[in-house]
Amino acid sequence: MDRSAIRSDYRRYSSRRRFAFGPVAKRCARGVAGVILFLLIAEFVTRLEIVPPIYLPRVSTVIARLDNLIFNPAFLWDIVATLYAWAIGLIFASVLGVAFGTLIGSSEIAYRMTSPVIEFLRPIPPVAVIPLGMILWGQGLSMKVILVAYATLWPILYNTIYGVHDVDPVALQTGRSFNLGSFAVWRRITLPSAAPFVFTGFRIAASMGLIVIVGTELLASAGSGIGSFILFASSNGGQMDTVLAAATIAGIIGVAVNGSLAAIEQRLFRWHYRHGD
Amino acid sequence: MAVDIDRPPPLALAGRMVQSFAMRYSIGIGLIVAWQIATAHIHSIFFPTPVEILKHAIDLWLSGPAEHLFLSDAVFKDVLPSIGRLLTGWSLAVVFGTVLGVLMGRSRQLFDFADPILQFLRSLPGPALVPIFIILFGTETEMRIILIAFGTVWPVLLNTIDGVRAVDPVQIDTARSFRLPTSALIARTILPAAMPKIVAGAKISLSLAIILMVVSEFVASTNGIGYEILNAQMTLLLTDLWCGILLLALLGFCLNALFGFIEERLLYWHRGLHQRADR
Repeated sequence: MDRSAIRSDYRRYSSRRRFAFGPVAKRCARGVAGVILFLLIAEFVTRLEIVPPIYLPRVSTVIARLDNLIFNPAFLWDIVATLYAWAIGLIFASVLGVAFGTLIGSSEIAYRMTSPVIEFLRPIPPVAVIPLGMILWGQGLSMKVILVAYATLWPILYNTIYGVHDVDPVALQTGRSFNLGSFAVWRRITLPSAAPFVFTGFRIAASMGLIVIVGTELLASAGSGIGSFILFASSNGGQMDTVLAAATIAGIIGVAVNGSLAAIEQRLFRWHYRHGD
Repeated sequence: MAVDIDRPPPLALAGRMVQSFAMRYSIGIGLIVAWQIATAHIHSIFFPTPVEILKHAIDLWLSGPAEHLFLSDAVFKDVLPSIGRLLTGWSLAVVFGTVLGVLMGRSRQLFDFADPILQFLRSLPGPALVPIFIILFGTETEMRIILIAFGTVWPVLLNTIDGVRAVDPVQIDTARSFRLPTSALIARTILPAAMPKIVAGAKISLSLAIILMVVSEFVASTNGIGYEILNAQMTLLLTDLWCGILLLALLGFCLNALFGFIEERLLYWHRGLHQRADR
């Protein structure tokens, strides 16, 4: 086979790889076109007024409201309050999750002893704990932080345990046979091989935490935050355009957080993904 | 007489079983005992003892007549409708997610167009959508099912897209060269190859579905586990509240276990392949 045939064959198969999906510019253009098309269709549907516009406002009205909200200091303050509680809760969960996850994952006995407890506690939905949280800790910042920490602990803990537990035993034995101390083994073998899993857990936890915190603020009628802003707007004469605009901003924040963390993940752990999962 | 040397004496076998049981459950049992001692000691109305919670739970749900399998009315009024809505919404999400996912995974253009919208819709917090869903779909069962389906479709959809895109091109080319029609190509090649990913997405969706079930029952509801929990909070019936949380944990655990069982059946061939590849 001559070289050009090999190259075209290579290009054909490599272009079907998961992340290589044509030139970036083309993808972006299509993405923008998709968004515009989506908005146009939504505008058309809402203009048909199957549901009265007081209940389901036009897309253009919502976009105009979006513009209002971004420059509304009260709403910006709510965004800050939400992100603040989210960040603190996430930090707590990360510290606890990584510490306990490393302990549990590195000991076979601890791994086997704790797995039934974790399997039972993990599926408790965080929203089910909101009513209890409100009674125990009120409706303020501490309740929000505790609930976010509870909700985000599980993905981080689970992925850390998995990452640490599944380190290649041959690599560990090789490290030991090179006479590395236990800290050196941990730093050079366990940490690099578990880090991608831990980070994936953190990314999942971060986007889950945002949904949980907005939900908590909404359901617990907390004093401040995006969720309480939405609750106020929807109960106060049903300003649906404001509700939709605020929910849209919450969604955009979620996309931004997930997107930037995914980009960091790709960059930090390129070596991990290059070899396939 | 031939002696079976591979088999250890029955007493040692029993000993090993006790040991492995102790290892698996000692921490869990220890935690429950510690919980009992601590709550009995502090004697707070906010923290009933686990024994009290269990007794109350039996009163609530298992005090019915024998012809109803001892299930009380509360089970028929709250628990079964909740589970029904959860499973209906989740099944809808799995079906729609898989179908749309196969479409988008097969077509690069379609995926490029839809990706930003999908990412955005996926990031919308479910509870924030409740006011809009109430206006669009009313306050009946349909609204709750649609909310659950809408909130849980994304992991299935995105995982299916991912799985379909990662199908080995050689497999597809082979199927093509045997002139398999598109329907057979999808049913025999693409879906099985993407199945591990689809199942993983459905698993994530299942735990999301429990969350959304509770959320949907917090608002404008007349029955359901979420409704009972909120009711218990408003009337300060702390033991009822703890019972509700316990029930949700149990529900999540059982659904997960059930799903794990089905997963094992669906993907046994996949696991076998992987183990062979590992060796």
